Amino acid sequence: MNLSFSEEQEILRKTARDFLSSKFPKTVVKELELSDSGYSPEIWNEMSQLGWMGLSLPEKYGGTGMSFLDQALLIEEMGRACMPGPYFSTMIFGAYPILDFGTEQQKNKYLPEIASGKTILTLALIEPEGRLASDAIETRAAANAGNWIINGTKLFVPDAHIANCLLCITRTKDIIASGSGLTIFIIEEDRKGMSKTLLKSLAEKLCEVTFANVNVPEDNVLGQLNEGWNMVNQILNRAVVAKCCEILGMAQQVLDMTVQYAKDRKQFDRAIGSFQIIQHYCADMFTAVEGIRLSTYQAAWRLSEGLPCIEEIAIARAWAIQVIEQILGLSHQIHGAMGSAIEYDLHYYTRRMKASELTLRNADFYSETLAQAIP
Amino acid sequence: MDFRITKAQEEFRKEVNEFLKKELKEGLWKPTIDAWIMTYDPAFTKRVAAKGWIGLTWPKEYGGQGRSAIDRLILTEEMLRYGAPAACHWFADRQIGGSILKYGTEQQKKELLPQIIKGEMYVGLGMSEPEAGSDLASLKTQAIKQGDYYVVNGQKTWTSGGTYMNYLYLLARTDTNVPKHRGLSEFIIPKNLPGITTRPIHDITGNEAWNETFFENVKVPKDCLIGKENDGWRQVMEQLAFERSGMERLLANYPVFEGIVQFARETKSAGKLLFDDPSIRQKLVQLKVEFELGRLFMYRVAMVIDEGRSPEWEASMSKAYSTTFEQRLAAVALEILGLYGQLAPESKRAKLDGLAYHSYLSSKGYSLQAGTTEILKNILATRKLGLPT
Repeated sequence: MNLSFSEEQEILRKTARDFLSSKFPKTVVKELELSDSGYSPEIWNEMSQLGWMGLSLPEKYGGTGMSFLDQALLIEEMGRACMPGPYFSTMIFGAYPILDFGTEQQKNKYLPEIASGKTILTLALIEPEGRLASDAIETRAAANAGNWIINGTKLFVPDAHIANCLLCITRTKDIIASGSGLTIFIIEEDRKGMSKTLLKSLAEKLCEVTFANVNVPEDNVLGQLNEGWNMVNQILNRAVVAKCCEILGMAQQVLDMTVQYAKDRKQFDRAIGSFQIIQHYCADMFTAVEGIRLSTYQAAWRLSEGLPCIEEIAIARAWAIQVIEQILGLSHQIHGAMGSAIEYDLHYYTRRMKASELTLRNADFYSETLAQAIP
Repeated sequence: MDFRITKAQEEFRKEVNEFLKKELKEGLWKPTIDAWIMTYDPAFTKRVAAKGWIGLTWPKEYGGQGRSAIDRLILTEEMLRYGAPAACHWFADRQIGGSILKYGTEQQKKELLPQIIKGEMYVGLGMSEPEAGSDLASLKTQAIKQGDYYVVNGQKTWTSGGTYMNYLYLLARTDTNVPKHRGLSEFIIPKNLPGITTRPIHDITGNEAWNETFFENVKVPKDCLIGKENDGWRQVMEQLAFERSGMERLLANYPVFEGIVQFARETKSAGKLLFDDPSIRQKLVQLKVEFELGRLFMYRVAMVIDEGRSPEWEASMSKAYSTTFEQRLAAVALEILGLYGQLAPESKRAKLDGLAYHSYLSSKGYSLQAGTTEILKNILATRKLGLPT
């Protein structure tokens, strides 16, 4: 057993932290949050030059062939910096699924474009019912003379408004058996009949995407026809681990900010951090954050090594969801009224951490996974 | 990074497992939750010693096995999971041997460590006093140097294993003219020195859990001093980090978790298995998540020890977490057992052999001994996070 990162990984972390803190001061985060696009093409290009877009893609597709654990560590730092933009969507909802399930032709077509920063990708999964389950997918794709015609509405699609390519899960066959009859399509650019509406949300840039007789060539089927839900499961498992990494970065930053505030803020002629109640709040936050760290690294490492990890993912996700509210609540309490002020930085993390709890699979799904795993 | 134990460690776990299973099969002892601290079985300790499993991590030159803290954690995990009667050697193996190794003289190491390793030296812990609990440094028991002896007068309480032990670890004041943290020293003394008397204290379960120990003009040979005179506070803080790894609390209660899951899987209420009741299922899942987190905290402590660092804050976190968890585990178990939760281990119709009942009662004491949860949180806040005192 060994819980340390390698020297190379520590260098990657330091490079990332330095870059992100210089490029994303909260003034920039604020500006990007208020903008419609939600990201800066200039910084996106710089990140691409650092090799971050192809970090974990094989060299033959223009990447640097690093591991998922390296990728996870970078995403943790992005969480810490509260970095806006479509990096998570492009990598986790785009690059990995194409790498994992695409044909050689698809990989050659899309991955180098991703690695060079030219393609922004996302995943259109959830529908207006808001339920993440195979039987909740009603968007349909019908075969038509070598093409597929897609009709339906997708909701809560992150970064769709700026994506030039999206993966969309659709029903291609009416089968009652759960998980069957669904297919993922790669849909490029804004095809005729597609419309995107940006929703105003807590933290992420989320969109509604509607499809009215959208025509997609059959070469654009990702993976096996009618077996899309298995892929969705794998995409979501990876996404949950990556999301836990992002949460870890944010939670650590919230803890650091809070401890610093408790050291600096004076009342009754002493630093409020000298009061035991505040110290214990901080100790509780610290324990919660360390729990996220250990359980998340465990899941990320196992996934990276290709070991069975569904139980570890479930534990990491369940723990993170359990403690997000505790961490945020204590942090705001210690920050006093200042924590609620829009001019102070805490709310960026409050909103994003809460959003990270509400997105992807919630605790209920993993509860069931764990119930099965209990001895 | 690697979250796995090695093949050799897996083999070792199997070996410990088989040993304990065989012992159980032969009916040599009955598993209980707090056997590691409550059940004194010199013959068992001798058999464990014969396997080379006491002082597992200590250097070979003193008779140890020179193995890693993770190896020891695996051994301990299995001992606790099986409820094995390891109280005779537990404290000496867990924390006293380490202190002797770090601060003892060469002669002390050569004399004392082999005795512990052979399973013949049982060391009780004399730290707390009636007026010195969390404020341990304010203790009043004095050890005043007179020639070749220290003369000890005073009283210890909550002395673990007082009756059965043949040695005592003693923290006493050797200088009364300096601030309280700077006048303390550590000793390891034979229990049979004239002037030492003990009186048992029974805990809420009715077990003889601790003792009061009285010292009246006890002449302690000066070579019983461990480490530097008046440097005992710093030394004992390090020892406590080993005591606090948290594994006892987490794992000693594993049978309660297993038991309540089995109960929920086998018991029907209104025609439906309890395990299929969503609210009960959710509670069990919650316990599973929290147990696994506790296990990660605990393994990290062992890893820090293997890196050669004192796991001060890691152990504080692990212990505070684990005792909170064990109290919740027992409370949830009783809730699920309902009316049956009230039945004591020896009662007719008791469920889970009364394990949940026992755990519920005994768990109240563990968030206090070896550093209260509050003291541990102070350590995390001030020594790790750097908040001002």
